Amino acid sequence: MKAAVLVFPGSNREGDVAQAIELVTGRRPSMVWHGDGDFEKVDLIVVPGGFSYGDYLRCGAMAAQSPVMAEVKKRAAQGVPVLGICNGFQIVTEAGLLPGTLMRNSHLKFVCSDVHLKVETSQSLFTNRYQAGQVIKVPVAHAEGNYFADADTLKRLEDRGQIAFRYCTPSGVVEGAGNPNGSTNNIAGIFNETKTVLGLMPHPENAVEPMFGGTDGKGLFEGMVEALS
Amino acid sequence: MTIAQEKNPPVKLPNEPAITPQIVAEHGLAPDEYERLLKIMGRTPTMVELGIFSAMWSEHCSYKSSKVWLKKLPTKAPWVIQGPGENAGVIDIGDGQAAIFKMESHNHPSYIEPYQGAATGVGGILRDVFTMGARPVANLNALRFGDPNHPRTRHLVSGVVAGIGGYGNCMGIPTVGGETNFHSAYNGNILVNAMTVGIAPSDRIFYAAAAGIGNPLVYVGSKTGRDGIHGATMSSTEFNEDSESKRPTVQVGDPFVEKLLLEACLELMATDAIVAIQDMGAAGLTSSSFEMAAKGGLGVVVELDKVPMRETGMNPYELMLSESQERMLIVLKPGREELARKIFEKWELDFAVIGHLTDTERMVLSWHGDIVGNIPIPPLVTEAPMYERPWTLTPLPAELDAAKVPAPKDWNASLITLMGSPDLASKAWIWKQYDHLIMGNTAIRPQDGDAALVRVPGGHKGLAMTSDCTPRYVQAHPETGGRQAVAEAWRNITATGAKPLAVTDNMNFGNPQKPEIMGQFAGAIMGMTEACNALDFPVVSGNVSLYNETEGRPILPTPTIGAVGVIEDIATSVGSRLMQSGLALVLLGETKGWLGQSIYLRELHGREEGAPPPVDLAAERRNGDFVRGEIVGRRVAACHDLSDGGLLVGLAEMCLAGGTGATLKLPKGINAPHAYLYGEDQARYLVATDDGEALLAAAAKAGVPAVQLGYSGGVNLVVEGLLDLPLSELRAVHEGWLPDYMSSAA
Amino acid sequence: MKARVHVTLKNGVLDPQGKAIGHSLNRLGFPEVGDVRQGKFIELELAETDKAKAKARLDEMCRKLLANTVIENYSIELVG
Repeated sequence: MKAAVLVFPGSNREGDVAQAIELVTGRRPSMVWHGDGDFEKVDLIVVPGGFSYGDYLRCGAMAAQSPVMAEVKKRAAQGVPVLGICNGFQIVTEAGLLPGTLMRNSHLKFVCSDVHLKVETSQSLFTNRYQAGQVIKVPVAHAEGNYFADADTLKRLEDRGQIAFRYCTPSGVVEGAGNPNGSTNNIAGIFNETKTVLGLMPHPENAVEPMFGGTDGKGLFEGMVEALS
Repeated sequence: MTIAQEKNPPVKLPNEPAITPQIVAEHGLAPDEYERLLKIMGRTPTMVELGIFSAMWSEHCSYKSSKVWLKKLPTKAPWVIQGPGENAGVIDIGDGQAAIFKMESHNHPSYIEPYQGAATGVGGILRDVFTMGARPVANLNALRFGDPNHPRTRHLVSGVVAGIGGYGNCMGIPTVGGETNFHSAYNGNILVNAMTVGIAPSDRIFYAAAAGIGNPLVYVGSKTGRDGIHGATMSSTEFNEDSESKRPTVQVGDPFVEKLLLEACLELMATDAIVAIQDMGAAGLTSSSFEMAAKGGLGVVVELDKVPMRETGMNPYELMLSESQERMLIVLKPGREELARKIFEKWELDFAVIGHLTDTERMVLSWHGDIVGNIPIPPLVTEAPMYERPWTLTPLPAELDAAKVPAPKDWNASLITLMGSPDLASKAWIWKQYDHLIMGNTAIRPQDGDAALVRVPGGHKGLAMTSDCTPRYVQAHPETGGRQAVAEAWRNITATGAKPLAVTDNMNFGNPQKPEIMGQFAGAIMGMTEACNALDFPVVSGNVSLYNETEGRPILPTPTIGAVGVIEDIATSVGSRLMQSGLALVLLGETKGWLGQSIYLRELHGREEGAPPPVDLAAERRNGDFVRGEIVGRRVAACHDLSDGGLLVGLAEMCLAGGTGATLKLPKGINAPHAYLYGEDQARYLVATDDGEALLAAAAKAGVPAVQLGYSGGVNLVVEGLLDLPLSELRAVHEGWLPDYMSSAA
Repeated sequence: MKARVHVTLKNGVLDPQGKAIGHSLNRLGFPEVGDVRQGKFIELELAETDKAKAKARLDEMCRKLLANTVIENYSIELVG
């Protein structure tokens, strides 16, 4: 699997996701600068976490307008898989690759903590290593991860099975107690209609080694390798 | 600018006020200090020159009250690459790598504007570390706030924590540790001590000493505004050509720009373009340009009109004294300007050649072709005021007889009270607002061990790091308190299995012109010196913050000790989490039951009395070396050093962190169980192991007092005959206090 | 020409910051404060003299970057 990780001014988890990809594939992904609208062909495009452009104005808003994102939109339309994590999720929603938006956490504070996620489907190139209904533990680290979409959009997402992950309690109950940010319907991650674009707030890339947060996030990368190699 | 021009006397700027005794006093220069200035200059200074002297001879930049004492601290060891005097300390951690670290205070700005004050504190210490060529890998923060009931405390906690998080999170540096205390002595003066640890190749360290006559002096980063220009200058409004603009004195941080600056600097550092580099921190362009030239034994010409400016109508005085953030000064090799410019422009940062080095040993400032300042550099350094202020040591208070301290009537309630008290309650509300996981190298997270443990990228090594101080001990007896702060930091590192290597100190005290305060400083240094010597734990960097008092009420003397250690194989480390049933619980070290100055005495009896626990440095070393050997030999499952609240609080913390209960049985012949369980005797560790007998035998062989007290297991914390508490109940108070406090109305 | 852009959350979109401000004001002795909505105010200097053209360009700026029309409304004001 050949992957590209985009780098914007202010990105800061590009190294973490590159490290996770390298751990699983044995191969360092290429790092693509935001001004580069013409990067090499890859099997997967990763939009990493961070504070692109300082998260000034709105999280992800300015990065979504960069030359590299224009190219990403084109390739996504052709079916090239795109994974947006945290700030990357914010960027891909701002770019219109996924519906809805990420608002300020309901408690108004940044939150860094392990959370539990319920995997909603194993039927995607991102989640094929998990079972539907499986509970995994990965961390979140964000101040604006409160997913919002209007009622029609939400209904469409739910009806078409576009919810990828939901926050839940350690025992897998999807309820307020497991929700770190006030997200609608406990949504932690969503797909586009063809399930080739995944955006999620949690950081599977920080849960790939036993001593450093556990290995529950590794399945996501292994699943992609299997699907895309 | 030609050499001939450089010899011109400075011109006065339009509207420049005459230097009066009042203006001198407002610049914080004592009359005798101004006499020194006149002798050095041989004439009346211009305003900008006065401002430069004022900044360079300020307590903050010159350490004039503290230097005679700081010199006593040990600073050398075979693994020390750079001791105090540079932007940060540097130690060798093997495999061609160095750890670079320092702690620095941002106390006063954080009290005035908690968010920006704390944020720029983090920004400043990060720059200190990456200016030396290191990529920062971790931040820690030691915070001290006033009484929780004080009307301002909640606002300060909320702002400081948000500011630290706001800056560190955006920079992408994990904030992995620290400490937070509350005490009424900090009501008017909170402490925000920020520490950064970075890693660099040991043969690629960058220093501030300028070299190479004619080499260009380059300014990079953000533009200069009127941030942080000292209030003393406000009287000279007429000096300001644009008098309608109000000058803010609080610096505002921009972590986004600092992130770009970090990446751009590291990119430039990978080339061979840099001769010297220095961040612009306190006193901005003044101290950075001055220090670079002074350390290199050179002179410097600064063309101030070339400095990138954020506001219109700025004058030389403001440009030299501005504390605008996210700026660096670099001396480049000749001909490397374009290479450097390209890198900074790629990162969308300002880049300007603003001067060059000379052989004159003078600092010459020009403004649109006129000389506006011309100061000889060496005498400003060698003739700087240095005070041996009168000092009176605090006498050692009488020892408190533990037998005269009442035992708890209700043991369960006593532990509940302690675990929910402000100093012992969980600080998760704070550290969950800090990204402590980014970079993917955090092996021991906050609350899971005595020190944070971070993997060194690209290998198996780990860096353990901590910050520690027990101000109430220092207040009671500064020598003991100084010794204890160092010993506890050393113990924190040891308890993970890492070898403690070096210290950064952040000395926070009251007004040094009072002999009893200077005596606290002196006493603390004496104690720290002894401990650092005994534990092979040199001081490699530090910072002093004096005058922390309001209306004559000083803070508790707080010599915060930041420390770093290394473990060769991170897989052999342990945390303090009790995660398994059936483990033997072994107490290492001697327990006499010392209740003087204990948390038990303060929280349950409202008394802050007695002598603090004595620190036997030989016992510290023996016990610590033993426990570290057992940990890396993989004979220990969890380890916690015992400090505030003693044995029982330590055990409760281990149980809560790991989610496993425990049952203790006191040894025979304990006649004051409350002193045994809550006493704060030093040099002790509580260890969980699957082979208690073997550990006891090994301890006996090493001459380390050891006793097996019980086993892990169950969901309750039990002390036979005294106490039986469900962990859930303990957890509710321990984790509940801070969020409840922060969400309740003021 | 100077332009002012106000960006506000659409009705029905939860505004946690506005809510927090409202609570604080109530607590500080302003019980008359009901719903509070927080928005953004952006001031721009434009090299354009034709008001109609400026307005059209600003509208484009808002849709493209300044506002997220999923949750936000915007209004444009030209001054001078």
